[in-house]
Amino acid sequence: MYLPLKLPQNPEQRPGYMPVLLPMKSHAAPVGVGTMVQSFLSTKMGLFVLAAFLISLGAASYAQAASGAQLGTIALLWKWTPLLAKGFGFNVLISILSMAIGTVLGVCLGILQVSPNGIIRRVAWLVTQFFRNSPWLVLLFYCILLIPFEIEVFGTTIPFPGWLKAVIGLSLPVMAYMSEYMRGAIQSLPSGQWESADSLGFSRGQTMRMVILPQTVKRLLPPWMNLYAVLTMATPLVSIVGVDEIMSFARAALASENRVDLLIPMYLYVLCWFFIYCFPISGLTRRLENRFAVKS
Amino acid sequence: MTSVEAFFEMLYDVHGINVTIGYDSWDRGQFLDGLWLTVQLSVLSIFFSLLVGAIGAWAQGSPLRIIRALVGGFVTFFRNTPPLVQLYFFFFALGTVLRIESDTGLAQPLVSNFGWAVISFSLFAGAMNTEIFRSGIEAVPNSTIEASYAMGFTRLQTYIYIVLPLAIRISLPSLGTNLVNLVKTTTLAYALAVPELLYVSAQIWSDQLNVREMMNVLLLSYVGLVAILVWILHRWEKALRIPGFGG
Repeated sequence: MYLPLKLPQNPEQRPGYMPVLLPMKSHAAPVGVGTMVQSFLSTKMGLFVLAAFLISLGAASYAQAASGAQLGTIALLWKWTPLLAKGFGFNVLISILSMAIGTVLGVCLGILQVSPNGIIRRVAWLVTQFFRNSPWLVLLFYCILLIPFEIEVFGTTIPFPGWLKAVIGLSLPVMAYMSEYMRGAIQSLPSGQWESADSLGFSRGQTMRMVILPQTVKRLLPPWMNLYAVLTMATPLVSIVGVDEIMSFARAALASENRVDLLIPMYLYVLCWFFIYCFPISGLTRRLENRFAVKS
Repeated sequence: MTSVEAFFEMLYDVHGINVTIGYDSWDRGQFLDGLWLTVQLSVLSIFFSLLVGAIGAWAQGSPLRIIRALVGGFVTFFRNTPPLVQLYFFFFALGTVLRIESDTGLAQPLVSNFGWAVISFSLFAGAMNTEIFRSGIEAVPNSTIEASYAMGFTRLQTYIYIVLPLAIRISLPSLGTNLVNLVKTTTLAYALAVPELLYVSAQIWSDQLNVREMMNVLLLSYVGLVAILVWILHRWEKALRIPGFGG
């Protein structure tokens, strides 16, 4: 029969308790310049920037009312909000699809980068560096102009619309960044993990699947989320190559209103949309980074 | 020169690979002008972004709360909004409003599209640099700063002569990543019709209908530019290394 060992509730009464074995207590909390600054980059800061946005929008509309124009700026922005919301929906859709494709490809490429085969390793490294160091816009042009607009597979024609090509174009740099993060995460694990899995009779594939990859998730999550925020901020690029999204809708709205005073509020409004979407992501990333910080 | 041109003509005639910049002097001139403008754009943006970063990081250690809040707001804003929309905001919104009357009586833009591109990229990368320098400054030991105060340095002197030289060495790796990103971001100037590398290449491939060849040349050019920058940064890192300090 198994008898659970009963320990006294008070740790000081437990056998083997010695104060000298406790971790050293720091008596004074270190207060540096950093902690002060850090607090400013927090949620408060986000609200501060958002307030600045709204005040500048309000100031613009106030100046408008003073000059006695037909329709106030706020009313005009409100009028175009449904269209902009639809456009931003496209941005989010493109970013999610690219992220999904890029992540899957990037994880595979990252694993190839630590392959025991030297040739595979070098080719994977080269592909990663190539896509990581070429500009996003050039890759986007590459995919938009060089992927055919329809592909024939076994007699059926699969159309390849522009937005799908844009998704592929944006997923290439995501793949490269993900591959680098993956390699870094795998190599940051202590080699003891590989050796103990080896000694337990795991094959290389099993070690990768059951030991290494689960441990990389924790290290990958913060840079992955940061990458998603960066990707979302890169989605307006697709408007340059002629795919509809918030920026192209905003410019269409500006063209149809044809009012100079609407320019600043409209662009600020678009910036506001992105800020509200991206700021929480980067805030969460920072928090996760602090929580998952690998102690050295 | 003629043998090079003959080679590219042969490439086109025999293999159908039409690299017009190899044998057409007009296209080559256009391409080299674009390359030169991209280099100018990159160097100016890198210089001003480093300046913005250094000033921002200094201001963020200020004892005044309002200054810290303003710098924090600047960094938060530029880090969390798309660079392309920032560029549009500067060029189409501010650029349209900021006009001066020229001698002919017509409204002239105060800053050219090239100027707005430099301003926008500098602020965007400068916000990132502020963060990078800040974490570098944090890593400078407090005792070093206290020692310099004890030697009678003022806050600004301490920053310029003691903190910044050490902080630069600590933050060089992440600075390198950001500057590489900045060079890649200069392609966005295409949207303002600044005739940089991407823009002139697009013109060449629309004229000559050699999209595939020009695309590959373009990609290789950018990878080459980035490789040069990485090499310079690497040399710089090596030259700045103080034995016994840092890794």
